[in-house]
Amino acid sequence: MPFENPAPENGGRDGGRDGAGENEAGTPRARNGARAAHPPGGDILPLRLEGVCYAPEGRTLVGELTLELRDGGPTVVLGANGAGKSLTLRLCHGLLEPTAGTVRWMGPDAARARWAQAMVFQRPVLLRRSVLANVVYGLALRGVSRRERPALAMEALRATGLEAMAGRQARVLSAGEAQRLSLARAWALRPRVLFLDEPTANLDPAASRAVEEIIAAIGAAGTKIVMTTHDLGQARRLAHEVLFMHRGRVLERSPAPQFFQQPNNEAARAFLKGELLW
Amino acid sequence: MEESVHAFREAAWLLFSGDADLWEIVWLTLRVSLTAVALAALVGLPLAGVLALYRFPGRRAVVVGLNALMGLPPVVAGLVVYLALSRSGPLGGLGLLFTPTAMVVAQFVLVTPIVTALARQVLEDLWREYGEQLRSLGASPGRAIFTLLWDGRHAVATAVLAGFGRASAEVGAVLIVGGNIAHVTRVMTTAIALETSKGNLTLALALGLILIALSVGVNGLAFLLRDLTETRNAV
Repeated sequence: MPFENPAPENGGRDGGRDGAGENEAGTPRARNGARAAHPPGGDILPLRLEGVCYAPEGRTLVGELTLELRDGGPTVVLGANGAGKSLTLRLCHGLLEPTAGTVRWMGPDAARARWAQAMVFQRPVLLRRSVLANVVYGLALRGVSRRERPALAMEALRATGLEAMAGRQARVLSAGEAQRLSLARAWALRPRVLFLDEPTANLDPAASRAVEEIIAAIGAAGTKIVMTTHDLGQARRLAHEVLFMHRGRVLERSPAPQFFQQPNNEAARAFLKGELLW
Repeated sequence: MEESVHAFREAAWLLFSGDADLWEIVWLTLRVSLTAVALAALVGLPLAGVLALYRFPGRRAVVVGLNALMGLPPVVAGLVVYLALSRSGPLGGLGLLFTPTAMVVAQFVLVTPIVTALARQVLEDLWREYGEQLRSLGASPGRAIFTLLWDGRHAVATAVLAGFGRASAEVGAVLIVGGNIAHVTRVMTTAIALETSKGNLTLALALGLILIALSVGVNGLAFLLRDLTETRNAV
C-alpha cells in the first residue's frame, strides 16, 4: 500500500512557524540575503534502522543496515553507482518498505514523522503549473492554511533566488532552476529532516554550486540534511559525517575530515582514489 | 449526378433555413451524447486514477477487459442494454426502453471503457513521474488522483473527446434501445439511416454534413489540446 498517512490536521505542524522568524537574531542568511527559515518544528530524530534489508524478489540490494541518524550537521552518503545509496534514502524516508528489519523515528514527535520530512530527487519533479503554485501545492498538502501559503511560498522562493520567476511555468525552467524550485518547495515545508538524492547529478558546476549553497543554508537553519552524492568535492564541502556504502552495506561511518584524510577500509580508499572496482 | 447536386443544394438550404425538425434531431443527439459522455467521465476518470495508482490482484484483468471493451460493437452494447431494460429484463420495471434515457445508458456503456482506458494510460505515465514526489509530500490517494487529472488535463480531455466522438457517431446502440421514434428518440445517425433508405437524401445529407462538421470540430479540438500538452511539457 503506497500510503499510510492520515490526512494532516490543519496547522498540525505547530512550533516554529509562528512569528515567521522576522526578528530572530542570528538567523542564517541564504542566497540573495533573504532570511533563512526559522528553526523547523517536529522533534522526530533520531532515526533508527535495525536490521534493515531491501531484497525485492530475493535479490538483496540493501542490507543489512543497522544505524542511527542523529541531529547535527549534514550526513552525506557516499558510494559508487549501485551501492544502494538512493534505496537507503527511500527506506529512511518511507517511500520503500524494507523487506526485513525496521525503520523507526525515535523522537517524541515520531507519530508525526511523515509531516516533518521532505525529499528532493535527482530529477526534479515539477507540477504543470507556475513556480509559485508548485511551492503552494506542497504547503497545501501539509495542511497550511490558504491565507498563509503565498507568503511562506514567496519566502522560500526568495531564499532560493527564484523570486522573479514566481509567475513562470515551472516546466520551462532550466535544470538548475528546476532543482532550486524543488528545494524551495521542500524548504517551505520547514522539514526537520531533508533527504536529498543526488541533487546535483544532472547539473553543470555553476548550478551545482547554487544548489549546494541552498542545501548548506537549509542545514544551517536547523534542518538535518541527509544526502547522497558521488561528487567527492561536494561531499567535502557539505559533509559533517560520511556514510560510505558499498554493495548495499555501510562499510564506514566517520566524521567527514577523518574520512577524507584516512578512510579506514580498503573500498573507501579505492573509491576516494577513483579506482573502486565493482 | 444531377440528383446528388440537387440534394446537396437542398441540404444546404435546409441547414440555413432553420428547419425545426432538423434542429430538434441535432439537439437530441447532442443532449444524449453529451450526457452519456459526462457520466462516463464522472465514473471513468476516478476509476482510471485508481487503476493508475493501485496494484491489486485482478488489476491486469480489469485493464485488459477495459481495453477489449474499447472495441465493443455498438449493436452489442445496445443489445445488452436492451435486454436489461426490456419488460422482462432486470430493469424492465423502470419503463425506460425507447426513451432518450435508455439511449444515454447505452452510450454510457459504450463510452465508459474508452474514456477509462485512455485516461488510465495518461495517468499511469504521469504517476510514474510524479508518484514518489507526491507520496513524499504527503498527498492522499484522492488528492494524488486529482492532481494527476489536473496536470494531465489536456491529454485527459482528449480521452473524453474520443468518447464523445464515438458516442455521437454510433448508430447501433441508440437504434436498438431508442427505436428511432420521430420527435422522441430520433438522432442524427438513426435519422440518416432511415431517410437514406426512404430515398429522402436531402435531410440525410444535411444531417451528414452536421455530423462531419461535429467530427472535424472534435478532432480539431483534440489536436489543439495535444499541441498544448506538448508545448507545456517541453523541457
